[in-house]
Amino acid sequence: MSTIRLIKRRIKSISNTSRITKAMEMVASSKMRKAQQRVLASRPFALKMNELLGHLAAQLPPGEALHPLLEHRSPQRIGVVHITADRGLCGGLNANMNRRAAAFMLEQKVPVSVVNIGRKGREFMVRYGRDVRAEFTALGDQPGLLDIAPVARIVIDDYLSGRVDQVYLAYTEFVSTITQRPVIQRLLPVEPLHPGGTYLVEFLYEPSPAAVLDRLLPRFVEMEVYQAVLEHISSEHSARMVAMRNATENAKELIEDLTLTYNKVRQEAITKELLDIVGGAAALG
Amino acid sequence: MSKLKIEIITAERVVLQDEVDMVVAPGIDGQLGILPHHVPLLTSLQLGELRLKKGSEEISLAITGGFLEVQPDRVVVLADAAEREEEIDVARAEQAKKRAEERLSFRTGEMDLARADVSLARSLMRLKIAEKRRRKKG
Repeated sequence: MSTIRLIKRRIKSISNTSRITKAMEMVASSKMRKAQQRVLASRPFALKMNELLGHLAAQLPPGEALHPLLEHRSPQRIGVVHITADRGLCGGLNANMNRRAAAFMLEQKVPVSVVNIGRKGREFMVRYGRDVRAEFTALGDQPGLLDIAPVARIVIDDYLSGRVDQVYLAYTEFVSTITQRPVIQRLLPVEPLHPGGTYLVEFLYEPSPAAVLDRLLPRFVEMEVYQAVLEHISSEHSARMVAMRNATENAKELIEDLTLTYNKVRQEAITKELLDIVGGAAALG
Repeated sequence: MSKLKIEIITAERVVLQDEVDMVVAPGIDGQLGILPHHVPLLTSLQLGELRLKKGSEEISLAITGGFLEVQPDRVVVLADAAEREEEIDVARAEQAKKRAEERLSFRTGEMDLARADVSLARSLMRLKIAEKRRRKKG
């Protein structure tokens, strides 16, 4: 009798869980769609920015001192901007990113400091006693460029003051709904792309190429961080959606198995009772 | 008369894509008027009003700085933030103005002052454009 009740209770509890995971799946999938639209919406800006930068960098007379943000220095200290989610329940997303970043940091022969975006990465870095330079959490699902600007500010200031000589971005690249890949990419010094052939027209610069570049570079860094954050958000939501879908399916399987057991046990109990009655009747007669 | 293709892009969205007769932009060294067949030009922009003339119509946008690229038949504005006149949130701008003025009158740190200054300039510019639009319509 008691096993029957226990099984019934489990079925109930699992079906409650599955209702929650189902809801989370749907929330994540709608957030993922929005996040993807944001990635797409920011792309024209990024493309143009890249184009302008490549073009400007090509205009600078060779031999003249480069802008500090373009200048390569031999690294004595390295900075990493580590982007993770604030929350879990998104499969291996955070763990993969943390592992990738930790491996990268161990490879370096010089000290590494971290700027964290997202709570999960910060907890990880703090737990392993890493040098956390700054942390940004609770940026939400739709951060604007303004929310990201402080991150870029810190990174640029540290770079210009010589606190770090190279900065890397560690974030989860959105490949597809089922695949997200943790990547590490250099942020500073900035590496301008070579301009394409369409750009051979002589341009007028107001006030000068160097002055425009001076204003463009910080913006470029901001934009790169912003894009990485957007990629990460897309990845986070799609990873969560997939994880929750799996959880819902597992729950469904469990419920099926348990229902079968429940019916079996119930049938056995009934059979036993019947046998008792029949046996009792036979003994009386 | 030939037209200028204009694109106004921020990091978050494409604000506007249109064909216009003339663009007046707040260049870093002063106002810039751009007509079709302008020489290729690249400049940074400061906080201000970006005006587009299209026939007898005039479109006005608030921008908070950015970059302007001119090619003979095309103008691209990469703005830090841009709002079309009808998108300006007047209440928010008023609030921001009040906050900035308060902060300026209290005189705290130098960084704060500079920030309040910028924020005051931004809200004033937004209000100015919104006001102009109201008068134009009314």
